[in-house]
Amino acid sequence: MNRVLVAEDLYLLRDGLVHLLQAHGFAVVGAVESGPELLKGLLELRPDVSIVDVRLPPTFTDEGLQAALAARKQVPGLPVLVLSQHVEQLYARELLADGSGGIGYLLKDRVFNADQFVDAVRRVAAGGTAMDPEVIAKLLASNARNEPLAALTPRERDVLEAMAEGRSNAAISQRLFLSESAVAKHTASIFAKLGLAPSEDDNRRVLAVLAYLNNR
Amino acid sequence: MSGCRTLESMLRRFGQLAVLLALAGVQVPVAALAAVMLLVSFALGMVFLFPPQVRMVRRLAQLHRRLVGRWTGMAIEPPYLPAPPPPVPQADGMYRSDRTLYKTPRVPAWSERWRWMLTDPATWRDEAWLVLDPLVKVALVPLFLVMPERGMRVYALWADLLLGATAASRLAGQVTHLRRTRTLAADSQAAEMRRIERDLHDGTQARLVAIGMTLGAVEQLVDTDPNAAKALLAKARDASSETLTELRRVIRGIHPPVLAERGLSDAVRALAIDSPLQVTVDVDMPHRPDPPVEAAVYFAVSELLSNAARHGDARTATVDVSANGGALRVTVTDDGLGGADPSKGSGLAGIERRLAAFDGVLALHSPPGGPTTVTMELPRVLPEYWAGEPDLPRWKSALVIALWATAWCPTFPQGLVAGVIKVAGYDGDPSWFLALRLPEPLQWPTILGMTALGVIMHVMAVRIPASHNRDHWVGRLFPGPIC
Repeated sequence: MNRVLVAEDLYLLRDGLVHLLQAHGFAVVGAVESGPELLKGLLELRPDVSIVDVRLPPTFTDEGLQAALAARKQVPGLPVLVLSQHVEQLYARELLADGSGGIGYLLKDRVFNADQFVDAVRRVAAGGTAMDPEVIAKLLASNARNEPLAALTPRERDVLEAMAEGRSNAAISQRLFLSESAVAKHTASIFAKLGLAPSEDDNRRVLAVLAYLNNR
Repeated sequence: MSGCRTLESMLRRFGQLAVLLALAGVQVPVAALAAVMLLVSFALGMVFLFPPQVRMVRRLAQLHRRLVGRWTGMAIEPPYLPAPPPPVPQADGMYRSDRTLYKTPRVPAWSERWRWMLTDPATWRDEAWLVLDPLVKVALVPLFLVMPERGMRVYALWADLLLGATAASRLAGQVTHLRRTRTLAADSQAAEMRRIERDLHDGTQARLVAIGMTLGAVEQLVDTDPNAAKALLAKARDASSETLTELRRVIRGIHPPVLAERGLSDAVRALAIDSPLQVTVDVDMPHRPDPPVEAAVYFAVSELLSNAARHGDARTATVDVSANGGALRVTVTDDGLGGADPSKGSGLAGIERRLAAFDGVLALHSPPGGPTTVTMELPRVLPEYWAGEPDLPRWKSALVIALWATAWCPTFPQGLVAGVIKVAGYDGDPSWFLALRLPEPLQWPTILGMTALGVIMHVMAVRIPASHNRDHWVGRLFPGPIC
């Protein structure tokens, strides 16, 4: 059973998250409402995964994000799923900068779809990645003039998007109604076109794609 | 070669002298005519002659200002108070001038202008100049002939004396400028509010109503047709998601969250990352400006980057934000095709309006073929005056301390006290007082000299720190450009 820490300053949302996670078999080891408490909790409890709101008291700026980054500096790869009312590529880059995975960055409204949200939490807990489709859309938009990307077929682009969100081959095949072998073929083709070294490991693959998109 | 140039410039000066003297030949009859018109308009009550008289004199004065400015590089600002605004009709459509109502704005406008000309001190300075100027020109002819450069310089100083701007006229100009920028700022803020209201009204509010209605339908269906209720619930959930997306867009237009969370430098970096261009960002700012300034700069950079990506066919851009004393300077350069025209698109005009509220200016350099450079400068927006006043240099501080430590000695014991003792005729031991030990004729000069020295030292000790930051506190007293 995964141990979860929740950091959210709005009582209703915090309570809702705790209930949702408990209903899906997570053990909530703490629910905090401010940046300093969060940092303390992250370092002392070492949760398997934590759900962190970007904007937290006392400054109501990016307190949560800063706490998560500080904790991950001390404990590399500490899985953190960051929730926010808005997504910024800048923050996504900062979260991904250490290249160690175990990172999620989602819009708050993704909580509406409990199954997908819980799936994202599990992925992050397992050291994977969960990037919001909106982050990926922005990322691709800012890569609009990238020539290797323009050379992808529409299907390959769909696969790339799903992959950048952090999904495994199995999940991509389900979502795009493709066979797993077809997904594997598309993946290989994408990696060849972008000039990336192919990798069997799902998590590594996602990080490589994100690093590629961020480093245009 | 240099002799040739001197000769050439001398000849040019002589030519200018000839022009001035020719103008003096015009000035004399004009002065006579002006005197007659003035006399007639006031003595005989033919007041309608006054405005044309003033206009005539002003035209001649303006010609001299322009010529002197062109010849000597000494710009003489026109000192006239701003013209009165056109009369505004009352609620009943009539125009009021004092206690009389008029159907058309002609008479009130005329009397406003008449009063404006009559009460402007510059009018009377112009008249005085008109009378004296021919005399001055003639008086300066010998100097012109011997030293043409110096002569022209003296004439320029004379012209500036009577034709230049005064503190009052500058202030009046500044008030007009401030009134205009305030109106602009208020207008653009009101427009912004209307836009936000429309976005919330047409988008968010309408969607929330739809969600409420869907939930009402679900409530009715939940017992009879659970499957349909479930489908409607999914719909409501999607609608709430869309509402949030839309609300996010509205919020971004009001105040971008990344700006609130991180401040200008990271917000500009976020813009750079989001742009399809390869954007290099360089921010060098010791302090954060006020939030309204940050927002104005953020939206300006955002607009410029998206312009570059949309129209200019650019691949790379640089954004440079730097502090220049108390001013904030932002430069956005792209390698696009150039040829941007501020009169065509409204984007640049919008940025200018936004910046005007902070007395900011925008300069566009966009030759056809590129590159395009936009420089924005916002004067006195950085909290330099109250955060980082330049300190007194060490030697000055040491001097001030030394002055304070020693100034008492000449002032009091050696100066004033010795003087009091001498007046009182005390004849005890004078060993403390230098002056009293000197021979009699030197005693008073020494006492007075000591007192003067002490007072001077005190004054210096006060003045050095006070005058050091003069520019800074003057800047604080008179923010905004002086125009």
